[in-house]
Amino acid sequence: MTVNDIVQQPGIWLEAEGNLADIVISSRIRLARNVVGYPFLSRATHDQRRALAGLLAERVPHAATSAKSSYIDLTHCDELDCQVLVERQLISRQLVEAKGARGVVVSDDQRCSVMINEEDHLRMHMIRGGMQLSNLWAELNQLDDRIESQVDYIFHPRFGYLTACPTNVGTGIRVSVMLHLPALKLTGEMERVLKAAKDMNLAVRGLFGEGTEATGDFFQVSNQVTIGRSEKEIVDEFKDQVVPRIVEYERLARQALLDEKPRAVDDRVFRSYGILQNARTISSEETLLHLSHLRLGVHIGRITDVSVRKLNELFLITQPAHLQKLNGGPISGEERSAIRADLIRRKLAER
Amino acid sequence: MQKVCQSCQKQPATVHLTDIATDGEKRERHLCENCAQNEGIMPKPANIMAHLAAFVQSSKGTVQQMAQLSCPNCQLTFVEFRNNGLLGCAADYDAFEPALIPLIERAHQGASRHVGKTPKRAGGDVATENDIVRLRRELDRAVDDERFEEAARIRDTIRSLELS
Repeated sequence: MTVNDIVQQPGIWLEAEGNLADIVISSRIRLARNVVGYPFLSRATHDQRRALAGLLAERVPHAATSAKSSYIDLTHCDELDCQVLVERQLISRQLVEAKGARGVVVSDDQRCSVMINEEDHLRMHMIRGGMQLSNLWAELNQLDDRIESQVDYIFHPRFGYLTACPTNVGTGIRVSVMLHLPALKLTGEMERVLKAAKDMNLAVRGLFGEGTEATGDFFQVSNQVTIGRSEKEIVDEFKDQVVPRIVEYERLARQALLDEKPRAVDDRVFRSYGILQNARTISSEETLLHLSHLRLGVHIGRITDVSVRKLNELFLITQPAHLQKLNGGPISGEERSAIRADLIRRKLAER
Repeated sequence: MQKVCQSCQKQPATVHLTDIATDGEKRERHLCENCAQNEGIMPKPANIMAHLAAFVQSSKGTVQQMAQLSCPNCQLTFVEFRNNGLLGCAADYDAFEPALIPLIERAHQGASRHVGKTPKRAGGDVATENDIVRLRRELDRAVDDERFEEAARIRDTIRSLELS
């Protein structure tokens, strides 16, 4: 499978599952691992990087999920293809910007990706639409066991799985959920949520995780404590406490808005719908803003002729790299805005 | 009303113990500071001062020595690590251990001991050790929540693991 194949597929995580799917867009878990016999990457020579990438590119696909998987070598991947993988959340910006031998093993169903030679030798991720943390952990845990049967991990009796940065040491786990919180943003309550999250030692970031700011209505919440608790405790805290609490706040904020300012909410939702149906040129940033309002409109029952699936699809294919890739290659910003507007109008007109 | 020490029957009791028998029954004891120290339940004041002095002495040494630390395997110095935040190899964790532990604890709510998953090939010892650490924490929580029957059960599991 190549980036060209990936961009043509809808991506399974766009199908939201679970009863919190109106607010939880996707769930993700990552594990960081390093291989015995090699230094961490900041101290690895070119030859060592190449040897590691060779070893892992050969062994990891054998272990990866039941679905077929492929290795994509990022040293021979052009910028646009790399950006498509970032937009799909299959790799991080950091992996694109790293130097030397590196790549990613992606399962054909795009639920699982294993980055090779990012900050750690191995960073394995699984992603699903909606709130799916328990299932995800069970699956990722098995994948980790299968990879471990192929390579020796660096493990310390006191510190657990050793990582290049001590902020990941111990379990090497990062649990993240992407949340859509337009009402908290509108009512100005988001600041309080951010503060509460900080007190609970959680990181809140923007759409694409690390290094991206929490702007707009989409937020990624993830754990920062990785040692002193078991993986299950960390996952369960997210599943049973963190996420339900934030979802509850958002639902209350939505209800308050509907009770107190129904016309203002409608105005925002229908204006955004109108712009998306009529614009002749639109940036990706503006698209995101209006898609967020439209999504709110769908979930509070104001908009009934657009499916969540269509919203998710638009969300994905209007991003800069996807748009260019689906239209045959690099396109200038201005032309892109025109193509994006046409695409959105066409998709919204489809029934 | 303040209780009197059950041991000397004179001094006011300031140390209160709750012990849980195997059947889950609670047994409370109330002692004065002196008797508690004599029974070895509380450290004696002289010991505390000695510990404190030793701690201050050792941490003073660490601050000065930290800058000098370097890894015998990859030659990374602790100063280089502080500058870019990344370690160079697995041996750094041992080479920098005294300096790393406070750093790790600050980033991870006071914890620096792994209690999660262990690789199958790491052997049973590490796994058991991790289980014990995790269970001790569960025991503390159970006692805090006054779930004494569960606490007693956890305590017995810990004992059996420690013996094995």
